[in-house]
Amino acid sequence: MKTIYLDNNATTQVAEDVLDVMMPYFRDLYGNPSSMHTFGGQVGQKIRQAREQVASLLGALPEEIVFTSCGTESDNSAIRSALITRSDKKHIVISRVEHPAIRTLCSHLGMQGYKITELSVDKNGILDLENLEKSMTPDTAIVSLMWGNNETGVIFPVEEAAGMAHEKGILFHTDAVQAIGKIPINMKNNVIDMLSISGHKLHAPKGIGVLYIRRGTKFSPFLIGGHQEKERRGGTENTPSIIGLGKACELAARNMEKENTYVKRLRDKLEHELLKRIPQSRVNGDIGNRLPNTTNISFEYVEGEAILLLMNELGICASSGSACTSGSLQPSHVLRAMGVPFTMAHGSIRFSLSVNNTEEEIDFVIEKMPAIIERLRGMSPFWNAKEQACSKQ
Amino acid sequence: MWEYTDKVKEHFLNPHNVGEIENPDGIAEVGSLACGDALKLTFKLDENKRIKDAKFKTFGCASAIASSSALTEIIKGMTVDEALKVSNQDIAQYLGGLPDEKMHCSVMGKQALEKAVENYRGAPALEEGAKIICECFGVTDKEIERAIRENNLSTVEDVTNYTKAGGGCGGCHDAIAQIIDRVKAEPKTDSKPKLTNIQKIRLIEETIEREIRPSLKQDGGDIEIIDIIGNRVIVATRGACATCKASDITLKNFVEYRLKELVSPDIIVEEAAK
Repeated sequence: MKTIYLDNNATTQVAEDVLDVMMPYFRDLYGNPSSMHTFGGQVGQKIRQAREQVASLLGALPEEIVFTSCGTESDNSAIRSALITRSDKKHIVISRVEHPAIRTLCSHLGMQGYKITELSVDKNGILDLENLEKSMTPDTAIVSLMWGNNETGVIFPVEEAAGMAHEKGILFHTDAVQAIGKIPINMKNNVIDMLSISGHKLHAPKGIGVLYIRRGTKFSPFLIGGHQEKERRGGTENTPSIIGLGKACELAARNMEKENTYVKRLRDKLEHELLKRIPQSRVNGDIGNRLPNTTNISFEYVEGEAILLLMNELGICASSGSACTSGSLQPSHVLRAMGVPFTMAHGSIRFSLSVNNTEEEIDFVIEKMPAIIERLRGMSPFWNAKEQACSKQ
Repeated sequence: MWEYTDKVKEHFLNPHNVGEIENPDGIAEVGSLACGDALKLTFKLDENKRIKDAKFKTFGCASAIASSSALTEIIKGMTVDEALKVSNQDIAQYLGGLPDEKMHCSVMGKQALEKAVENYRGAPALEEGAKIICECFGVTDKEIERAIRENNLSTVEDVTNYTKAGGGCGGCHDAIAQIIDRVKAEPKTDSKPKLTNIQKIRLIEETIEREIRPSLKQDGGDIEIIDIIGNRVIVATRGACATCKASDITLKNFVEYRLKELVSPDIIVEEAAK
């Protein structure tokens, strides 16, 4: 059975070109870039090149790029650094729809005496910047807002938000893990202090991330150890992955247009056809202001895990915001923050595409989904009741 | 991804007995859309009072659908009394086991079965004396107690996995922990040795002191043991209970129920003449 992979916000396939540039650094060129000999030193040169490739995608300076192990490490490093470098301040502003890497960290910090403000979003997942303005106090150390939401794809006006934070002398961090490579980002055009990236969302391998730290921003390292990354992140460099991520960033810059034309068109087609063919379905999130690859669709009166498992039988991979898929008993915090009714939230499916998807794959999904939803609705005690209620009217 | 057994997958992909029986002898709906799972169960009896047919409609994940399918298969051919003995463990076992986090799906099957039988017998749908502990998922103290007893649960997390209680806001975690402590302190009913008369009298006294009077006192009432004759426990009502019109219901459904449960199923509670 062929796999149709529409779960690219979870992780992506490592691009072939990326894997090719990495391979020699596992096998032959395994030197430590910190070594004094040429055998190691030549790896150091490749890391410099990778740093330039990442910086180029971001419109940043190479020295502003710090390699980490993942997006979560980048997020943790940014927040903790702000709290250390501004140790007199005890307040953090985030949003209710942040990734667990930020939300769970902040709830832990909340237990340690920090005050956390979680900004709400409206029913389309949009942030009200007036609320941000009101939430910032002289005690605020840092504001952290994600650039693109992983579940709905909704884009936050982080550049504007960063400007507002700066006016009050507050640091600004953004988790750009989902946004990077999908929408143009140029750090020369904003005042964002720190930004997180994860390699595996970008066709680089898992286990590699980046924290962008604007030049001049005071920083206190999270991992303390050797002199690597200019003492901003201890630990021997993950050389193959860093080199792979450099290549992936180069490819992302090249594919940016394709993301916003080809991928966006496939996403729109999928969304449009599913809404048309399946009654009682709707899109979660602001459709006018989204990452081009993501759509989050709710199918009322059916449960997400059951939908996913029937899709799985056909080789279609996606994810859900339903409670049952998470192991917790509540549907996704993002959908709840948006006030999506429970009837809709439990039956939400996120499709996230990539440049690797084909028209045939999308057509196949469009063809198969209506029967899957119908089959589960046929078993649902609510669906009949609903139909009967409608026919009585 | 959950690790479901082949049997769960089979019953999810090809569920048995989906639908609704017309003019059923018993019908029940448990769960809700808000909880993320819900089950509507209907059954029909044959002339020998055995379950001839059972059907379900379920909104929920794969294990909820598989548990419903398994339940209907298990109870077919059983009498109502036999069906009531089916536990959530039986449903899970039939499926070759369920992940811990999904045990509440089998409990939902058990609840639907009980309610459908109650419906058949014309008994009230609400359990007497039950109090909602988890507001988020509408789980009562009785349901939590039963899940703890039947599955030998020992942590709040276990209780959440089995009943969903405590899985929402978390505001009831302390209350659940108290119920666990209370149930754990109960004498084991399974391995209950035959009691001598003296032991039985002591156990009745202890049980009334520990389990019954504190609850009554919360509502301003109280009882006192007047005499114990064989299995007859004669009590006098005090405080609010003495003037309460419903005190005989309290004596039967609460005092007697607890004593039957904790001391001996043969106990009868009577009120002393006033």
